[in-house]
Parts: sequence; C-alpha cells; structure tokens
Amino acid sequence: MLEDYFRQYGLIAIFALVAFAVPTSLLAASWLLSRLKIRPQNPTPVKLEPYECGVQTIGGPWNQFNFRYYLYAILFVIFDVEVVFLYPWATRFISLELFALIEMAVFVGILLIGWAYAWRKRDLEWGN
Amino acid sequence: MSCQLASDSILYANGIYRVVYEIVGVVLPCWVAYAIAGLVFAFILVNAVLLGAAAITWGERRLLGRFQNRVGPNRWGPFGLFQPIADLVKLLTKEDLRPDGSDRVVFSLVPVLMVAPLILMTAVLPFAKNTALASLNVGVLYILAVSSITSVAIFMAGWSSNNRYAMFGAARAVAVLISYEIPVVLSLLGVVMVAASMSLGTIVEAQALPFFLVQPLAFFVFMAGMSAELNRSPFDVAEAESEIIAGYHTEYSGVRFALIQAAEFGGVGVVAAITATLFLGGWSGPWSEYLGWLWFLIKTGIIVFLFIWFRATYPRLRIDQIMAFSWKFLLPLAMVNLIAVTLEVFLLRGDDGVLTVTDLAIMGVVNLAVTVIAIAVFGNLIKERVSFRTRQPQNVVVPGVSTIEVI
Repeated sequence: MLEDYFRQYGLIAIFALVAFAVPTSLLAASWLLSRLKIRPQNPTPVKLEPYECGVQTIGGPWNQFNFRYYLYAILFVIFDVEVVFLYPWATRFISLELFALIEMAVFVGILLIGWAYAWRKRDLEWGN
Repeated sequence: MSCQLASDSILYANGIYRVVYEIVGVVLPCWVAYAIAGLVFAFILVNAVLLGAAAITWGERRLLGRFQNRVGPNRWGPFGLFQPIADLVKLLTKEDLRPDGSDRVVFSLVPVLMVAPLILMTAVLPFAKNTALASLNVGVLYILAVSSITSVAIFMAGWSSNNRYAMFGAARAVAVLISYEIPVVLSLLGVVMVAASMSLGTIVEAQALPFFLVQPLAFFVFMAGMSAELNRSPFDVAEAESEIIAGYHTEYSGVRFALIQAAEFGGVGVVAAITATLFLGGWSGPWSEYLGWLWFLIKTGIIVFLFIWFRATYPRLRIDQIMAFSWKFLLPLAMVNLIAVTLEVFLLRGDDGVLTVTDLAIMGVVNLAVTVIAIAVFGNLIKERVSFRTRQPQNVVVPGVSTIEVI
C-alpha cells in the first residue's frame, strides 16, 4: 500500500512535466514561426515602449508607492496558519470526543477576538 | 512479461489506468507501462483543460452577446464554433513584443506559470467513478496549494512588464487574491468535516445529498470567493479596462497573450469542475455508473453558466468594497458556517461516526435558516450608509480667482 501511495505522486510528477511542457511548446512554436518568417518579428524602439496611452513614461514602474494592504496581508498570514491547523482536525472531527470541539473552539475563539479587534480599530478599512 | 496490479491497490480501481497499464505491460517493462498509463491520463486532462478553455471563450462571448441583446461571434463554422481556432491562429501569427526594460526571464516565464498550475489542478479531479489521475488523500489541500501559484504568476507579470498599469493591476490582484483565499478555504472546511476526508473521490461518495443543499452558506461563500480568485466580474479590478488598460497583462501580445487568456478561461472551467465535485456531487447521477462523466460535464456546465451569468449581471465593485465584502461579509459567513456545521456534526453523528441521509437532510434545513439569517445580519452590517439628501450648489470664493461653483 505504501508503494502505491508513492506511485500516485509519481504520476503527478509525470503530469507536472506534461503540464509545463505544453505551454512551453506553444512558446517554442511561436519562436519557430518567427524563424520561418510566417510571423513578423521586427521590433522598433517605438513599438518597444511601455504602453502609456501614447505618451512617454516618466520614471519606471518600480518607484516606491503605498501598497496599502499590508495589514490585510498580516491578517491573511494569521488566518492561513489557522486554517492549516483546522484541516487535519476537520478531517477526523466526526470521530473525535467533546474535548476536540472545546479545544478548537478556544483556538478559533482567540482568533475571532483578534479579528473583531482589528475591525474595531478600523484596520479592515481600505487605505488605513 | 506482463504486469498486473494487485487488486487491493488504489490504482486497480481506476479502469482506464488499469487497462492501459496491463495492455502496455504485455510487451514493455512495468515501469514503462506505468509512465505510459500516466501519460495517457495526462493527455486526456491537458486536452480537456485546453479544449474546455476554447469552448468557454466561445460560450462566454455567445452568452454575453445574448445577455446584452446582440448576437456574439457567429461567422466561423456553425454558430461561430470555430471562433476559438481563428483566434488562436491570429494570435500565433502576430508579432510577440517584449517591452524595453522588462525582465526577460520573468516576463517569459509568466504564461507557462499561469497555464501549468491550472492543468495540474485537474490531477485529483474524479471525472468518473474511481477515475482520477491520482486519488490523493489530501486532494482538497493539493488543489488549494496548486491554485495559489497563480497569484505569484500574476505578480510576476505585473512586476516584470516595466509598465505602471501592469504593476497597479498586479498589486490589486494580489490584494484581492489574498483576501478571498481565507473565506474560500474556510468554507471548504465544512465539506471536509461532513465527508470526513480530503480525498475528492470520498467527498463525492459522501454526497448522498449534494453538499450545496446541505451547506448552502458554504456554497455561496465558495462561489463568491472563487469569482474573485478568478479575477472575474464583479471583482475584476485587477484588469479593469476603463482604469488600467488590461492590468497585469497589458504588455503581453501574440502567443503569450493567448496563453494568459487560455489560463483565464480555462480557470473558469477547472474551478467549475472543482465546484461540481465538491458541492454538486461530481460524477454521481442516476441510471448507470458508466455515465458518470456525462453528469460531471453537465454539472460543470451549469457552474460555468453561473459564472458567466454573474459576469453579465453585476457591475464592477470598487477596491474598498471588494475588501469589505471579503473581510466583513464572507469571512464571518464562513465562520458561521464552520461553527454551525461543527455543532451539527457533533450532535447528529451516530456512535460509529457516520452521518445518514436523514442527518444530512436535517443539516440542510437548519443550514438554510442559518444562511438566511447570517446573510441578513452581516449584509446589514456592511451596508453603505448613503444619504439621499440633495446637496445645494455652493458658491466658494477663492482669493484671486473668480467664483467657482462647487457641487
């Protein structure tokens, strides 16, 4: 049975190779078409300008600007870690005792209090 | 030399796999047979995803046409069915530009990284009884993990394009993706809990009553969250054409653009297939178990139609509304669903840890009431307070300037 288990991941590995090969082969086909002169490939400096409604871009795209949602990002990490713990618990919950329910209630409860606090402090508003 | 699968093997139950494996195994060594059987499955799934994406581009344009009182593409082939092929030929023969100052490696990697995870997501989908490439016992986690690669690809596209609009689009897309990941993942907890397994095959078999009836709240949260994860209307600020051109794929042209579009429309199909498996009972249906693939396709089609219907119906939301919808509406709803399902499972389960059909029906009725109450309560909480008092124009005097009318 254990061998069987790894065989399935082997199949996924083969599948992953195919999944990456298919889009790559399309890109290669496009390159080949340009080599065979079926597809045009004559870039000019004007064509290669970044699109900006016809005007010259001032400054690059990588100057500093406020991403605004770093608070959401922090909350996301907290909740995502919570969910990682919840999944194994949920899988086996149907045959677990009352203790498992109380334990998870405490765990989720603490997080919910934190979430309510973030809401109260207006951290869930965009741009704060 | 011949290869036989042990009858207690997980792969033995998979009819297509076993037949290919044993026929090839007659002439070739077993490990080659193993690889070839896997490749046959890969061929089926890759074609399903790419043809599905093509079909959905056609279906979406036709249906959107109908929704907006026009015809939609109808020139190439019957009902315009060859339109996707014409599009592909056109995009393949177009010049493929990479703007000055863009990051060459990252820019070229993006189309591959958009399409590959999408195809990989189908690996655990059972499209007929016992027929999946790999029926992993962590199927749900696998799908969630693979699907989040897309957000990295989107950010790579925005960052490497050397274009401000692309950067803004990518920043918005990541904001939306991380916000809606949480409600989606939390809503699936209820499904996992009732099925007592993360394997998609077991989840389908557990659906004596389809889970969208048992947990309407989870279904609602999942559909709303997935529309956002797919960057579809009403959550499509990441590529809002009236504000930031095309968002993160502004600079893509030619075949790279074709691949990104394929990933977008294929994503609708794959997510619809996952939704059909998790909430609509997947391949299970009346008559014969050999018709499983047909039921699966029909259910997937219904969900795809729902996604297109959403797109045609709802206007685009602002980014702050999108954030509020996720963190103040969907997240509490997912939590309510989790708590309700936990308590119901705890109270209704038998001594042997089994839920009967009657238990599922009771859960469905209770959860329907919970859904209505929760949506009413939390909908009221995030309602925007709009005052309809009409404002009178005021005359503002600015020194040095003539009077300006401010409305």
